[in-house]
Amino acid sequence: MINKLVYATALVTTLAAAPAMAELKVGSIVELSGPGAAAGTNFRDGVKMGFEEINDAGGVLNEQIAVTEYDSQTDPQVSRAMVQKAIDDGVYAIMGTVFSSSTVVNMLVARQAGIPQFTGSEAPSITSMNNPYIFRTAFGSQKGVPKMAKYMADEMKVKKVAIVWANTEFGKGGHTSFLKEAENHGFEIVADIPTEQAQSDFSADIVKLKGAQADAAFVYVTEEESARFLREARKQGVTIPLVGETTLIGHKVIELAGEAANGAMGHVGLTPDANIPAMTEMVEKFKAKFNYTPDHNAIKGYTAAYALKCVTEMVGEPDSQAIAEKMHGLTLKAADCPGVLMDVSWDETGEMSRESFFVQVENGKQVVKAVLPPN
Amino acid sequence: MAELLQLLISGLAAGSIYALAAVGFTLLWQASQTINFAQGEFVMLPAFFVLIGMTVFGLPLWLSIVFGLALALLILGVAFKRLIVEPMLPHGTLPLVIATIALGLLMKESVKEFYGATAQPFPAIFPQTVYNVAGASVSVQDICNLIVSMLAIGSLQLFLNRTRTGRCMQATAQNPAVAEVLGVNVKRMVLYTFLINAALATIASVLISPIYLAKFSNGETLGLVAFIAAIVGGFNQIRGALVGGLLIGVIDNLSAVYVSSEYRSAMPLILLIAIILLRPQGLLGTPEGRTV
Amino acid sequence: MTRSRITLLALAIAALVVAPLGQGNYIIYTLCSWLVFSIAAMGLNLTLGYAGQVSLAQAGFMGIGAYITALMTLNGVHWSLAAFISIVSSFAVGLALGYPALRVQHHFLAFVTLAFNTLLFLVLRNEEEITGGSFGLVGMPRPSFFGISTDGNLPFYYFSLVCFLLSTGVLWWILRSPWGRAFKALRENPIRAESLGLKIRRQTLLAFAIGSAFGGLAGAMQTPLVQFIEPGSFALIHSLKILLMVVVGGSGFFFGPMLGAAVVILLPELLRFTEGYYLIIYAALVIVLMVYSPNGLIGLGQKLLEKVRPKHEARHDLKQGVSL
Repeated sequence: MINKLVYATALVTTLAAAPAMAELKVGSIVELSGPGAAAGTNFRDGVKMGFEEINDAGGVLNEQIAVTEYDSQTDPQVSRAMVQKAIDDGVYAIMGTVFSSSTVVNMLVARQAGIPQFTGSEAPSITSMNNPYIFRTAFGSQKGVPKMAKYMADEMKVKKVAIVWANTEFGKGGHTSFLKEAENHGFEIVADIPTEQAQSDFSADIVKLKGAQADAAFVYVTEEESARFLREARKQGVTIPLVGETTLIGHKVIELAGEAANGAMGHVGLTPDANIPAMTEMVEKFKAKFNYTPDHNAIKGYTAAYALKCVTEMVGEPDSQAIAEKMHGLTLKAADCPGVLMDVSWDETGEMSRESFFVQVENGKQVVKAVLPPN
Repeated sequence: MAELLQLLISGLAAGSIYALAAVGFTLLWQASQTINFAQGEFVMLPAFFVLIGMTVFGLPLWLSIVFGLALALLILGVAFKRLIVEPMLPHGTLPLVIATIALGLLMKESVKEFYGATAQPFPAIFPQTVYNVAGASVSVQDICNLIVSMLAIGSLQLFLNRTRTGRCMQATAQNPAVAEVLGVNVKRMVLYTFLINAALATIASVLISPIYLAKFSNGETLGLVAFIAAIVGGFNQIRGALVGGLLIGVIDNLSAVYVSSEYRSAMPLILLIAIILLRPQGLLGTPEGRTV
Repeated sequence: MTRSRITLLALAIAALVVAPLGQGNYIIYTLCSWLVFSIAAMGLNLTLGYAGQVSLAQAGFMGIGAYITALMTLNGVHWSLAAFISIVSSFAVGLALGYPALRVQHHFLAFVTLAFNTLLFLVLRNEEEITGGSFGLVGMPRPSFFGISTDGNLPFYYFSLVCFLLSTGVLWWILRSPWGRAFKALRENPIRAESLGLKIRRQTLLAFAIGSAFGGLAGAMQTPLVQFIEPGSFALIHSLKILLMVVVGGSGFFFGPMLGAAVVILLPELLRFTEGYYLIIYAALVIVLMVYSPNGLIGLGQKLLEKVRPKHEARHDLKQGVSL
């Protein structure tokens, strides 16, 4: 707490001192309060750390980046207002928001103003609206889920699947994508179990799951719910493989679920456990700075900061329009732009692709079972 | 059959914790007409006191719980009554309702800012060994939670009915003016009520956090459930709140499996509306003379 | 109305007309938000401040209005018809909800509306085919009137302002009518009012339903303002937020809700320099305000005025406070 206060004071002083120099403005609009606070705080800290490093190394085009933070309160209406405010304040690019329900609204504003926006959202709808100014920092569930479904069909020989999903725009996106893939691979859906946001008691859901006689279960709920789910599954003696995304087997989930996380497996896009030296280094720096282990949202924010830096320097000037155009069809190699941590490309819709991993939790650690190529 | 048993046991285990929160809720209502919209946060907060005891001061778990209880009594009991409830009582219920809404927000945001936005693991107090009972998985933790909450509520009931202080508290709840005339120290009795509420919240917090994990937003659902349980059971009876809590726990689990997962949280609300329309005093409550 | 009051009112309206000129889009958007929430809060103030009933479903009524308007305008119906249907529906739902609840015991309306708001959220989320579920509805058009489009932020502000002034006028008229005066009688002394032949229950029920109808209108305006709606925007927490607006401003005062809405919407902006702490400070301020002035900011202002002018006669009707 003291640290935090000192830190806040330090930040206020640096912010007060900053305007003396010529600078580029970037808006970081994230969920700092409301239900999205956990994800938003991670993303915000990732962005903050990224730009602080960039500034320490001389900035972008020899100019310092001034990041202004705006709290969307996890409310689409407020997020729209905040994006508007950031644009009125003269930002040349926007970071955020993370919750898709906010992003689908505020991206309309950024589009009108022609400001490139790096979102942390993963809902498929974001990139299906022909918005030339939106760019993902992690690929949407419509790209992640097929990779995983393919692995389930080819390697695990799964036939009957149960789906457990969070009844929110996040879970719904994964659910829809999975149903589509299930059809492609001929999975039989034996149970379809929606759960609530912030649900704490999963006994009824596990009872349903056990009754379904599935070969495997696809679990698509957020981190904390995943931990509670895994614990209850262990308690009731569920033996079928539980397959999911980063949200099922992430670092935070393993910490929270403890021993119950062992055996869970899934597809991981960005993870502090990816065993990539650059990633590990970033995670260590982050831990030292903010005193907690970053999740994929923090890495999204961090890589977004560097992606913006590299693209701006490729374009040669902080021209929002030119940057947005340059981003389409661009591939950033980690060798040329180390801050993006892994090679990454964006297509014409702003969707991105990147290598990813299929991992299983063993003894409280993620073990990579397969490297899945970009799709 | 095993399935039904499983749902019942899990529902009762969860429901017993709701009951603790709901009982505190009705106590405050009886003693001071306080509708505590921060009740959920009252259950969320003590877990963080305990965590602070462990991580900041390096105390062992049991000592941290004592530390957490002491802080809860001080902040959620004494300070809440002295600083917020007492000065506002003469103004009627509404400003107090608003103040408790703001208080809930204050507690939630403070935990988020000063402790962290993500969920924290909380050490288990009881072993998590699981036994198979007629096909249902029953953990020692569940059973202990059920027993501890029942014991807490039972001894509270005994205290209120059998001791002099307890009866004075009841007299205060029923009619403060008459109690005052009869020589009861009304202010002290009301303070006791707030202390008991804080203690119940701490028990609930310590029991529930190993399962639910400690998170700043835990109070949102818990508060609503406690509220519903208290009204369903009968706003003016402790045993009503107990039954209400258990009932909501079981109904929630049963409706998730047998009715609809999408509408599982609707069932307690529908029950609430039905109770209000058909039996406004609650399942076990007695009709209230005063209109509030 | 005295002459000075008329001048004051004219000045206030003039201020509202020039307020957005030369401002950035963000300010204009925030002003629009303020107008919309003022309407919702004004409605709740009728229920709460004048009829003494707590409704915890004002955001729910906004949701009814917003979804009806969204579904109709997406299908090509003009906004004004959609808004009319929204208002009527909210009124009807208010009647249907209030009738049984008020029959029982008078503070139970709070519980019933609380349950209703949460149930409505579940229905909006689960009945995906109609409401778009958790993905919400997007792309609702902004209306045009007589060939003038409100697509731009400034025209939309004036459109909101017209709606706001109309609702304020309607509320003013209601409160000045014999029927509305009965409320004041009711609030000041319910027993006496009843003995004079006022039907308390019918009166309160109508106040709740009309208050809800204001919520419906606010929702109908939110749809074209945000151009995106999702169930989460109409959850219980937002009803509490509107309740907070009314009480912080001063329930039972005509201008209380407008002031309260301004505070709730603008305060985060003013406290921005405190970084993450603004909600903590905000919550603490509300508690302190409630402790010192249960009649909200306007009540606080009056208190201070009284101190300056000790002979000023306080309004007795407000001394009692509203009870749940």
